[in-house]
Amino acid sequence: MRSRGRRMLAAAVAAAGSAAVAGAIAACHSTTPTLTSAVTGADAASRVYIAPGQKDEFYAFMSGGFSGQVSVYGLPSGRLLKVIPVFSQDPQEGWGYDEETKPMLQTSFGFVPWDDAHHPELSQTNGVPNGKWLFINGNNTPRIARIDLSEFQTEEILQIPNSAGNHSSPFTTPDGKYVVAGTRFSVPVPNHDTTIASFAQTFKGTLTFVHADQPGKMAIAFQILVPGFDYDLGHAGKGVSDGWFFFTSYNTEQAHTKLEVNASQNDKDYIAAIDYRRAEACVAAGKGRTMPASYDHNTIDQHSGAAHVERLSSVIVLDPSQCDGLMYFLPTPKSPHGVDVDPSGEYIVGNGKLSSVIAVHSFSKMKQAIAAKAFDKVVDGIPVIKYESVLAGEVKSAGLGPLHTEFDGKGYAYTSFFITSEIVKWKLGTWEVVDRTPTYYAIGHLMIPGGDSRAPWGKYVLALNKITKDRYLPTGPIMDQSAQLYDISGPKMQLLLDFPTIGEPHYAQAIPATLIHSVKFNALAQNANPWAVKTEADGGITRQGKVVHVKLAAIRSHFSPDNLEGITVGDTVYFHVTNIEQDWDIVHGFAVLGNTDASELILAPGETRTLKWIPRTSGIFPFYCTDFCSALHQEMQGYVRVSPPGSAVALSATINDHTLGADRMAGMHSNAAPGASPAAHAAGSPR
Amino acid sequence: MMSRLSRCLVAVAGALLAASVWLPLWRIRLIAPQYPEGLGLRIGAGTIAGASPQDLGNINELNHYIGMRAIDPASLPELRLLPWILLALAAAAFVAAALGRRRVVGAWLAALALVGIAGVADLYRWSYTYGHDLDAEHAIIKVPGMVYQPPLLGTKQILNFTASSWPASGTWLAVAALIAGATALVLSRRSSASRRGAS
Repeated sequence: MRSRGRRMLAAAVAAAGSAAVAGAIAACHSTTPTLTSAVTGADAASRVYIAPGQKDEFYAFMSGGFSGQVSVYGLPSGRLLKVIPVFSQDPQEGWGYDEETKPMLQTSFGFVPWDDAHHPELSQTNGVPNGKWLFINGNNTPRIARIDLSEFQTEEILQIPNSAGNHSSPFTTPDGKYVVAGTRFSVPVPNHDTTIASFAQTFKGTLTFVHADQPGKMAIAFQILVPGFDYDLGHAGKGVSDGWFFFTSYNTEQAHTKLEVNASQNDKDYIAAIDYRRAEACVAAGKGRTMPASYDHNTIDQHSGAAHVERLSSVIVLDPSQCDGLMYFLPTPKSPHGVDVDPSGEYIVGNGKLSSVIAVHSFSKMKQAIAAKAFDKVVDGIPVIKYESVLAGEVKSAGLGPLHTEFDGKGYAYTSFFITSEIVKWKLGTWEVVDRTPTYYAIGHLMIPGGDSRAPWGKYVLALNKITKDRYLPTGPIMDQSAQLYDISGPKMQLLLDFPTIGEPHYAQAIPATLIHSVKFNALAQNANPWAVKTEADGGITRQGKVVHVKLAAIRSHFSPDNLEGITVGDTVYFHVTNIEQDWDIVHGFAVLGNTDASELILAPGETRTLKWIPRTSGIFPFYCTDFCSALHQEMQGYVRVSPPGSAVALSATINDHTLGADRMAGMHSNAAPGASPAAHAAGSPR
Repeated sequence: MMSRLSRCLVAVAGALLAASVWLPLWRIRLIAPQYPEGLGLRIGAGTIAGASPQDLGNINELNHYIGMRAIDPASLPELRLLPWILLALAAAAFVAAALGRRRVVGAWLAALALVGIAGVADLYRWSYTYGHDLDAEHAIIKVPGMVYQPPLLGTKQILNFTASSWPASGTWLAVAALIAGATALVLSRRSSASRRGAS
């Protein structure tokens, strides 16, 4: 009886236990992810494999986001080719540290050695990228930079006045005549001290058109003063809509606090449609007014390599109420982010980030609606066209959080969806969804080579994601962002490649490699830097009061001169170093011990750069080449003797084992151009 | 009087029920593209906690976009009551085991079943309220016709999240307690019948 009872007890406990186990299994089983994963082509590896010595088909230029730079990748390999310094000081190239490039980061606020770079834009001819230049915006301190794509160097930066948060920028017109700059954060115009609560009355946006077809001559053509909304992104019309420009706006609620909620109230915000030829006519007719403004235009002289700051003091501002037919608002659901114009120019896609549909407007319907005055209302003198009168169609139930759309040139559009983390392919005209693929994770922009142009190279789409999580080997709490490359040549998108990026790439642009003509090096004979040396014998040293200039030649494997004496504590020393090599990829560097005033110099063949150094203590200070240039790179060095203040040590420099006196450079400094001259910095200019 | 075996089973049921107080009763699991590792809620007798410590905060953070009120365990009176109800039921099981009366055990079983049904109904009611009563004024993402109630049992797609909801170990222990109690009743009926047959 007792033993039977024990057996029964054991059985009951076992039954209960197994029920619990079954429950646990059920619970565990339910956690299996049910997500679909992207289709990876079986031969994906071979489709992105660029054999050693072979080259990629496309250059991709990706914004560095908060790094302030542009990174250049090869596609389809995803290989990083270069980081081009733009808005941020970059010790890798001495950008913004050496005396030649420091003025590039000058603004009316002073030296701002960082920015938030969002949207690279290739220069275009007839609506097609031409491979000459790349423009990119600085969002934080409004600026637009122009990068020369033969040198892969930033050559020009124009500050944008009357703007804060230069986000809808620097999109180009198809003829390359203008790039634009629209204000994300409206501010009082002109900016002045006022209450933030006066936002709706006092704060304004500006939509700025910048002349961009002549190198070194970027200039503000005019600014359109618009209601104080947040102007988010833009794209030019093309083809049938040539001559028009479209900007998205959000916060048409004009909230100034907790925008997350208060700027998400209206069911529709606006796409601003600008007839910029009409703006030109109004400006020509004197309808704009000249407003005082203070902003900088920084350019690098192509011959000297030295940057120059021009302070500008006025801008032409156009009020839409003074210029009939200048602009219209197209109602667009809801807090639209990107506005993207299809290759034909007929369809204007509004990516309403809080909308459950993608609204596509028709340019021809817009023209008819304007002719028929099919307006809902007028906001600050700007007619608001009826939604139904301008709408071509809606892409329904495509996903959540649409942000950007690119085109393949074959009648399809590709939209990124942030919340559902996917790319959705849909057909222009029928608005039907034909394919979708996950991205990893939370895609922002997407990019098809030429995908915002009149003639896309619709072979790949690149997903530029905001969140990386588990895609790569973990690197602590902060990881680089991730990108995925998909083949879009077939009916289904196929995932090919996954790679990390630099900073946060917002937008990117890509172009066939055949359209880029990169130079190997610049001719030393063309070097017009006033401190350049053309031969080793031209090196030397001279003193102007407390300022000492040293001209050095760098050539395998030495500096000329290499030993310097007669410098005292309290002097300011400028090392003007010229790489006098004329050979492909023979780069030299230059750095001096304990320098608190700059980083290093990195010198391309034929180039002169200047390093500032204020020695604080006496002693012997070596300098050396920082870029492994040659077999005797380790021998490429020299010494500076720094003597106590008031020391009687004579100034001297050693060239080719001979010590030469200070008269080597007498009169040399008078060649220096004003503004570009380091002497000007020493003389107290606010660098 | 019930047999010693049956009384032991009732005592075991009490122990299982007491243990369930410290174990999760229900699990809700959320997986989205940008949450490949998932987010989870563990609902216990006296607590609602994240499957990972940060999950509850992150779930509330995400829910503010759709205007769902924050899940605040301190605001749910049931969480203060349920542990005591379960412990009282466990204590009652020990009393019933000591008394060894079939009628008492039967009443105890009925009470446990009622508490179980009420608990699941309450879970449904709260998930309904959270999923439907959205703050339309402060919701940032509003999808027409969309409600955000997780399933009671099973898996459901809610916007970008795949939500799964299943009973957890505490509930299975309670079910085991129920089975043990019922087994005790059945056995004692048989044994009393056999005793009657023998006399």
